[in-house]
Amino acid sequence: MNIFALIKRTFDTEEKIVVSGGKIQEDGAEFIINPYDEYAIEEAIQVRDAAGGKVTVVTIGGEDAEKQLRTALAMGADEAVLINTEDDLDELDQNAAAYLLAEYLKDKDADLILTGNVAIDGGSGQVGPRVADLLDINFVTTITKLEIDGTSAKIVRDIEGDSEVIETSLPLLVTAQQGLNEPRYPSLPGIMKAKKKPLAELELDDLDIDEDDVEVKIETVDIFLPAQKAAGRILEGDLSAQVKELVNLLHTEAKVV
Amino acid sequence: MSKKVLVLSEVREGSLRNVSFEAIAAAKQIADGGEVVGVLLGDAVANLTGPLFEYGADRVVTVEHPHLKQYTSDGYSQALLAVIEQEKPAGIVFGHTANGKDLSPKIASKLQAGLVSDVTTIEGAGDDIVFIRPIYSGKAFEKVKVKDGIVLASIRPNNITPLEKVDGKTGDVSAITVEITNLRTIIKEVVRKSSEGVDLSEAKVVVAGGRGVKSEEGFEPLKELADLLSGAVGASRGACDAEYCDYSLQIGQTGKVVTPDLYIAAGISGAIQHLAGMSNSKVIVAINKDPEANIFKVADYGIVGDLFEVIPLLIEEFKALKVNA
Repeated sequence: MNIFALIKRTFDTEEKIVVSGGKIQEDGAEFIINPYDEYAIEEAIQVRDAAGGKVTVVTIGGEDAEKQLRTALAMGADEAVLINTEDDLDELDQNAAAYLLAEYLKDKDADLILTGNVAIDGGSGQVGPRVADLLDINFVTTITKLEIDGTSAKIVRDIEGDSEVIETSLPLLVTAQQGLNEPRYPSLPGIMKAKKKPLAELELDDLDIDEDDVEVKIETVDIFLPAQKAAGRILEGDLSAQVKELVNLLHTEAKVV
Repeated sequence: MSKKVLVLSEVREGSLRNVSFEAIAAAKQIADGGEVVGVLLGDAVANLTGPLFEYGADRVVTVEHPHLKQYTSDGYSQALLAVIEQEKPAGIVFGHTANGKDLSPKIASKLQAGLVSDVTTIEGAGDDIVFIRPIYSGKAFEKVKVKDGIVLASIRPNNITPLEKVDGKTGDVSAITVEITNLRTIIKEVVRKSSEGVDLSEAKVVVAGGRGVKSEEGFEPLKELADLLSGAVGASRGACDAEYCDYSLQIGQTGKVVTPDLYIAAGISGAIQHLAGMSNSKVIVAINKDPEANIFKVADYGIVGDLFEVIPLLIEEFKALKVNA
């Protein structure tokens, strides 16, 4: 099976966000693989181990993203591809990112493509479904279980707490929801092997794409931090008095009950 | 410049979801005087159109087909694309719900259009419209504009206020017949794990429990309080990992993001990842034994105490409030 995992390099979840001049400051920040993409990599590896084939991890980014690709290789992916647009494009949106990924994937005969259902930085969750549409293949979002049998797939999809059991067939793109699996930590032998696994860097030229083919449809005009909340109040007195006061405040001051 | 804007309405268990009305309000802003057309897709939905007019839609278009009884991306995209072809809108608003998140990017791809997802505020109108949305799990916000072409947006439930309801308002409803074919994903079964009643992402009140709840039974008083306030029960990741509750209740960076009017955090320490899921709640109440707990930094009101003592007292007080009101 030809299996692809589409991943993104994101800030670590513990990072405090610093904004300056309407932009996010990256100096000193720790980066990780988007947690939802880790589920995708893990599932890709498990499917390959069961059905045979090859797992290729793909990301769009700069050279810094090589670190995240090596981590995926250390987990057990076979090959990695970095689509590096830094020299060619000033900006990217989901429309453009999906276009690049689909252009890369279109002649790869992918049987299964996995990606996280959302990236914890952008939070839009668009790229997976867009790529599936450009490739005109089946897709299912926010999956918590995947069973492949030949070219059939049985999937459990999470919809706001409820679950759907879905049957479909390959070729297939799925987006991973929390609970799909437990991503493994790269082992020491895995990390050593990863250094030798193939990591290819592709630019627009290598994909036969011209800058003008890449359409960015939306633009961010400003980034800001939420207003600092005024300090809250910790109530005092004996517990039942505090509770009475709280209910009173919620009713008369906050007016939420 | 005024624009025609479609609103993809959502139905759950036989009635229109609130987010549909919020989407109409959002569409009005984008339309800037233009027509707002409610779109209703499903199996038998013709009798559900009333509230769409009452909340501001100028016209409604329906597509009914047995293959639309359950949401599939193939079925719904065929139906919606047929409506788009007929109506030629300048904008489309979706709810940023499970199905909205699934459908809107596919439609955006088909239209080769930009899509602004998970919008919490809209500024301006018409061509000057600016969408505000959270990034980095709500630690920051960005202002986004669509450069050109059709404006697609999905709105986060519970953030945009619906227009005032005008009881009895009606309008023109037209039906389009669409051949819905080649559904490539088949839904075999739907398992309802979420409790009946209020949906967590649309609830106005959320009572959430953390590790401090200590057991599955520990959630009982929280459920009672939530029911009393017509709210929903949520949980921190810690409580879910400890198997005190199902993951469907998890609120946080890798769980649900909620923006209720009132969020009561009981026995939750307030890790940064949890805050990402609830810090934009209008009013936050924290109950925790530990006065140094991080949750108190974001709470509007805090009680340092044992939630198993405090919650029953709260229940009594709210009951008294209801009686006196």
